[in-house]
Amino acid sequence: MSETSMTVVVWTAATLITFPFLWLVGDLLWHGWHQLSLSFLLFAPQDAGREGGIGPILLSTALIVGVCMTAVMPIGIGTALFLSEYTRNDHLLGRLIRGSLDVLAGVPSIVFGLFGNALFCQALGLGFSILSGGLTLACMVLPILIRTVEESFRAIAHEQRVSAAALGISKRATIQYILLPAAIPGLLVGSILGLGRAMAETAALIFTSGYVDRMPTSLMDSGRALSIHIYDLAMNVAGGNPNAYATALVLVGLLIIINLSASWIAEKWTSFNQLPT
Amino acid sequence: MISFSNNTLSHSNSDIVFLWSLRGLALLAGSLLALVFAFLIRESWPALEQIGLLRMFTDPGWFPTEDSYRLTPIIFGTIWATCGSVLLAAPLGILSALFCHFYAPPFLSRWYRRMIELLAGIPSVVFGFWGLVVLVPIIGAWQPPGPSLLAGILILTLMILPTIMLIAHSSISQVPVTYIHSATALGLSRWSLIWHVVLPTSRTGLYTGIFLGLARALGETMAVLMVCGNVVQHPSHIFDPIRTLTANIALEMGFALGHHRSALFISGLLLLGLVICFVSMAEVLRHRSKYAVT
Amino acid sequence: MAILNLLRPFLSPSSRIGFMCIVGLLVVTSLAQAQEGKLVITGSSTMAPLLLEIGKRFEAIYPHTRIDVQTGGSSRGIVDTINGLADIGMASRALKPQEEHLHGSVVARDGIGIILHQSNPIQELTNSQIQGIYTGKLTNWKQVGGRDAPITVVHKAQGRSTLELFLQYFKLSIRDIHAHVVIGDNEHGIKTVAGNANAIGYVSIGTAQYDATHGVSIRLLPLLQIPASIDTVRAGTFPLSRPLTLVTKSRPTGLTKTFIEFAQSAQVHDLILKQYFVPLQQ
Repeated sequence: MSETSMTVVVWTAATLITFPFLWLVGDLLWHGWHQLSLSFLLFAPQDAGREGGIGPILLSTALIVGVCMTAVMPIGIGTALFLSEYTRNDHLLGRLIRGSLDVLAGVPSIVFGLFGNALFCQALGLGFSILSGGLTLACMVLPILIRTVEESFRAIAHEQRVSAAALGISKRATIQYILLPAAIPGLLVGSILGLGRAMAETAALIFTSGYVDRMPTSLMDSGRALSIHIYDLAMNVAGGNPNAYATALVLVGLLIIINLSASWIAEKWTSFNQLPT
Repeated sequence: MISFSNNTLSHSNSDIVFLWSLRGLALLAGSLLALVFAFLIRESWPALEQIGLLRMFTDPGWFPTEDSYRLTPIIFGTIWATCGSVLLAAPLGILSALFCHFYAPPFLSRWYRRMIELLAGIPSVVFGFWGLVVLVPIIGAWQPPGPSLLAGILILTLMILPTIMLIAHSSISQVPVTYIHSATALGLSRWSLIWHVVLPTSRTGLYTGIFLGLARALGETMAVLMVCGNVVQHPSHIFDPIRTLTANIALEMGFALGHHRSALFISGLLLLGLVICFVSMAEVLRHRSKYAVT
Repeated sequence: MAILNLLRPFLSPSSRIGFMCIVGLLVVTSLAQAQEGKLVITGSSTMAPLLLEIGKRFEAIYPHTRIDVQTGGSSRGIVDTINGLADIGMASRALKPQEEHLHGSVVARDGIGIILHQSNPIQELTNSQIQGIYTGKLTNWKQVGGRDAPITVVHKAQGRSTLELFLQYFKLSIRDIHAHVVIGDNEHGIKTVAGNANAIGYVSIGTAQYDATHGVSIRLLPLLQIPASIDTVRAGTFPLSRPLTLVTKSRPTGLTKTFIEFAQSAQVHDLILKQYFVPLQQ
C-alpha cells in the first residue's frame, strides 16, 4: 500500500460520498426552492398541506425536539458518567447496561413508535401529545448519546483524575470541573447525532405525537413533526410533492443552523477552557 | 492506581449522593430495553402461543391473511441489506474521517465534516423518497424491476455513513498528539502513521461507530420500505427485490388484525434477537481490545 | 466570549435544577387544561387528509370543539374504536363480517384503477389479460400487443382493502400473485410506476387522476371498456370501488353524531372532491 495509492483511495472515497449528497440536496433545491417564502414558514397548512405553510409544524417539531433533549441530557450524561467513572471494564452491571443500550440502538423506529404509544400514550395516560413524542424520541436517542459521551470520557487522559485525587478533590468535583469540560466536544458530537436522529424520525412519531397540524397550545397537544409532514405530503396526499420538497429544504436549513451553532459553541468553549501548553 | 470500584474511597456526602443518583439514572437507562422487550412479548403472545415460533420457519410462505407465517426470506433480507451496507459504509466512513484529519486542507476538512453532519440529520423519508424517484429508476433502466437489494444497500450506506464517519472522526481526534509527533519524528510516512499508530489507538471508537451504524441499518424502516421492493423472497442476485423485517412491520401493521398483528410483533422480536447476536459478537471483539495499551 | 461569561452561572448544577423545575411546572399547568367537546379520530392514512380538512371546517362552524385526527391504518382505527381510545375510526373499506356489531357510516367512495406508464402504447387490457399478468403467465408486453419488454408487476401489501377488492374482482388468490414490487400507499405505487416504463399497478383512481393531470407520467386504464375516472365512479358505472367508512362502537350520539352527519352532508362535497374522492349521491 504505497503512499500515493492510499492518497488516491482516500480522496476518491471522499469524492464518492460528496457526489450523492450534492445530488440529493441539489434535487431538493431544484424542486422546492420556489415554494419557500416567509409566509410558508409562518402560516398554517391548508388543503391537507398542499397550500399554506408549515408554521405550526415548525413549532411542534421544536417542542418535540426540546422535550427529547431535555429528557435525554441528564439521563444520558449521568449513565455515561456511571459507566466510565464508576465501573471497571468487566463490571457486570456496567456490561449489562452497555449491552442493553447497544441492543436498544438497533430496535426499529416503528417498534419504538408502537412501544411509545403503549407506554406513554396509554399506560401513562399522556395520549397523543408532544410530550409522548419527545419522550419516545428520548428513548431512541439515549443509546447514541450514552455511547459517544462514554467514549469521550474514557479518552480523557488518566493523569487528570490521578492529579485531582492527589490534590484531594472529591470525585464529584473532579467530574464537574475537570472531566465534563474536557468531554464537551464528544458530548457535542453525541448531541448532534442524537438531535439529527430525533429530527429525522418519522415512524416513531406517527403513533405518539400524532398527525394534527394545528398550532400546539401546550405540551399535551398533539402536534405534527416536520418529518411526518414530509412523509404525508410525499406519500399520502396527491399533489403534495412541491410542498414536500420545500419542507425538506426547511428541515435541511434548520439542521445547518443547529450544526453551525453547535460547532461555534464547541470552538469557543474549547478555546476558552484550554490552558496554553 | 486509583481504583474505580463502586464504593468510593471518599467520605464526602456530595460524592455519595452523586454516586447514588448516577446509579439511579443508569438503571433507568438500562431498564428501557427490558420494557421494550416486555412490550414485544406481550403484543406477540397470542401468535407465540397459538402459532408457535417453529411455524415461522416451516410454513409454506408469508401469507398471514391465510394463516401462513414463514419469515425466513424476510430475516435473510434484513441480514443481506444490513451486512451489505455496513461492508460498504465502514471503509468509506473511516476513510472519510482520515481524509478530514490527515489529507484535506483545514478549510476543506471543516466543511466536509459539516456536510457529513448535515447528512446525519436528513430524515429517512427524504432518503427513501429520493431513492424512489431518482435511484430506483436508474437501477431499473439498467436491470428491471428497479426496487432491489442494491437500492436498499446504497441508500442504507448513505444513511449510516455519517454516524460511522463522525464517531470515527471524534475518536481519531482524541489520539494523543504526542503519538503522531513521535511517529513523524521517527520518519513514518502518512499512511504508515495512520495504519500502524492512529487506527490501532482509536480502535474502540471505530468499533463503536461501526456498531452504531450497523444498529441504525438494522432498525431502518421508512427508507428500505420505499426502495427495496418488499417482495418476500430469497434474492438470487442484488437486483432482486427483498423485504426486511422492519419494512414488513411498517407495511402491514396498519392493516393487520388478530394473529397477523401478533405475527408482525414476532418479527420485531426476531429482529431484537438478530441485534442481540450482533451485540454479543461486538462485545467479544471489544472485550479483547479494551485491554489494549493506550 | 462575554456571552459565555454571562452564561456561566446559568450552567451551574443548581441553575440546571431550577430550570428543570420550571419546565416541570409548565408541564403540570398544561396538564390542567381540559378540553370540552373533543373528538379523537384514528385510522386509515388514506382518509386522514380528508378528515383533517373536514375537521377544520367543523371547528370553524362550532368554535368550542376540537377534532384531532391521527393515522395508523384502518385496523388501528377499528381497534382503537373498540377499545375506546378513539371516538371514531376511519376505515378505507366496508366493515368485515366479524365487525358487524360496530356501526359504520360511509362518507365517500374511492375507485380502484389500473395504471400504466404514460409511454406504454397499450390502451386497454381485458380482465383475463390482467389476471394473466398478475399470476405470471404473461410476462412480456408483446404478448398483449405492446412492445418487447418484460412486465414489472406492482402489487399492494397484504391486509389492505385495495388488494382484497382487487383479488375479489379478478377472482385471484393471494398465493397466485407473482409480483415484482410490493408497495404500501397509493403515492408509493404511483411513483414506482412512473419510474418504470414497463410497470403495471393498481391504485386509487382519484389520486391517479390528479397525478396524471399534473404531469406525473402515468395513465389510467379503462376496465371492461369503462373509463376510470371520478365521474364514472360517481355515476356508479365503474365496477371497482370501495367505501370510505367512519366507524363507531355503537349508534353515534352527541358530538360524534353531529360530526358524522356533517361529514356526510353536502357541505363537505367540495372538500371530498378536492381530495379526489367521490362524494355520495344525495
